[in-house]
Amino acid sequence: MSDVRHRDDLQEPAWLRVALIALAVLVMLSLVVLPLLMVLGAAFAKGFGTWLESLTQPDAVSALKLTLFTVAIVLPVNAIFGTFMAWAVTRFEFRGKQLLLSLIDLPFAVSPVVAGLCLVLLFGSHGWFAELLREHDIKILFARPGIVLATLFITFPFVVRELIPLMQQQGADEELAARSLGASGWTMFRRVTLPNIKWGLLYGVLLCSARAMGEFGAVSVVSGHIRGLTNTLPLHIEILYNEFDSTGAFAAASLLAGLALITLILKFWLESRHGDALAKSHRRH
Amino acid sequence: MSTLAVPALITRRGRRPLPGFGLSLGLGLAWLSVVVLLPLAALALRAAGLGAEGWLRAIQDPRVQASLKLSFTASFVAALIASVAGALVAWVVVRYRFPGRRLLDALVDLPFALPTAVAGIALTAIYSANGWVGRYTEPLGIKIAYTPIGITIALIFIGLPFAVRTVQPVLEALGREQEEAAASLGASRLTTLRRVVLPELLPALLTGFSLAFARALGEYGSVIFIAGNLPYKTEIAPLLITIRLEEYDYGGAVAIAALLLAASFVCLLAINAIPLLFAHERKGARRDV
Repeated sequence: MSDVRHRDDLQEPAWLRVALIALAVLVMLSLVVLPLLMVLGAAFAKGFGTWLESLTQPDAVSALKLTLFTVAIVLPVNAIFGTFMAWAVTRFEFRGKQLLLSLIDLPFAVSPVVAGLCLVLLFGSHGWFAELLREHDIKILFARPGIVLATLFITFPFVVRELIPLMQQQGADEELAARSLGASGWTMFRRVTLPNIKWGLLYGVLLCSARAMGEFGAVSVVSGHIRGLTNTLPLHIEILYNEFDSTGAFAAASLLAGLALITLILKFWLESRHGDALAKSHRRH
Repeated sequence: MSTLAVPALITRRGRRPLPGFGLSLGLGLAWLSVVVLLPLAALALRAAGLGAEGWLRAIQDPRVQASLKLSFTASFVAALIASVAGALVAWVVVRYRFPGRRLLDALVDLPFALPTAVAGIALTAIYSANGWVGRYTEPLGIKIAYTPIGITIALIFIGLPFAVRTVQPVLEALGREQEEAAASLGASRLTTLRRVVLPELLPALLTGFSLAFARALGEYGSVIFIAGNLPYKTEIAPLLITIRLEEYDYGGAVAIAALLLAASFVCLLAINAIPLLFAHERKGARRDV
């Protein structure tokens, strides 16, 4: 855009430009940067030692473990099924495709609390599967499976939504060529499709992991808040905060904020380095 | 979507040239059904079981009414403010060059990435009576934390990225030719912005608003810490769902949830309808939304 010759009447006056930039920076500083600084400030308010101590408490460690456990299940599931779904949607025409696309977006619009409630209605003591679960002595609610299912619901669209526009832009030409040259389905996928979508896939997984680690509302409804057992890191923060252990809460929060920052940096790197291999809307050149 | 070469090939050769249709669609649908559709069906059936009368009775409860009013009002105001602030940030990032522009751009995604509970306790700490901002506003008589203002601020935080990220690509794709034409015909800069740029941005602005509103309506984590959660005063609808659940009042929880779900459907519909609406109105206009 710098090659456009700016005439006076095509550009706001200099004072206005400066004022708008200052206003935008102020908005971002006060709304977005300030909370981040607050987290770091409060986490280290009593020094690094206290911070480390808060994070190495058994409850904090088990919360972190549960969060990582959930992420470790949710990411591959979303990546694998997301790839299958994107393949079906972008490479074939079938009835009801538009409806399917809308359904894929659905979890974006559903409140996390509502998602959690849905799972309670399925697996709760009066739920659809209550009998079945009792008979086989399976616990889903107030246990790990419930937390994983809630997180799966919330993060459902992240990977598919990255892959669909990308695979649509790329088209099927290369895959058709591979097939016509005699490649098997698996070879075609491994040698043509996967290399084409790998950065987009990584991008989707990245967004998905940020959401999976931080999910609060849905998990809160199904977890039961059993310390050391069904507390994820965000729930651990809530408990400490409600017990007025502000330093502990912010220490755990700083850990999640650090992970969020790493996600952002990776996302930024992907956009500027591999922008050509991402869906169009993410290219930043 | 209709530009794929595949359907043509299918009809010409009578077989699908690409493999895996049944497998990929089957696995995809199974995944969608188990993870998303089955739970939502449970809610839908349970809500239907309430009947119109039971649903109305649950919704007309004064505490529910108060929470719904608060949720809808705060979400609306927050989405409106986020849209304006988002348009400003998008404009500045796309149109101007200044040091730190890329960093500003990258920071827009922070509310997406930051877990809601983290944002919640941070915002509460900032705006409570002895916080970084609260300590200056409280002597002026402005309480922010534990009031609807605090709730709205949390919802603006959550909605901002939606507003920026829907307007930004449209602004980037917007050519300068029309602006140049308007200017060469003697339009002032303000007139050009109002008559040429704003109409082009309007669909994206509306989409961003709807996204921010839908997200705000269901938002839980970032709000419950700063809200104070006083019944009738600062209790949002999603929180009341969890309270009803803890009281084992499943019907009450389902009634509120069904209303929120219906509202999100309307938002989703609006988001899908907006580009179609404007495409019809402005034939041939550029559409990148």
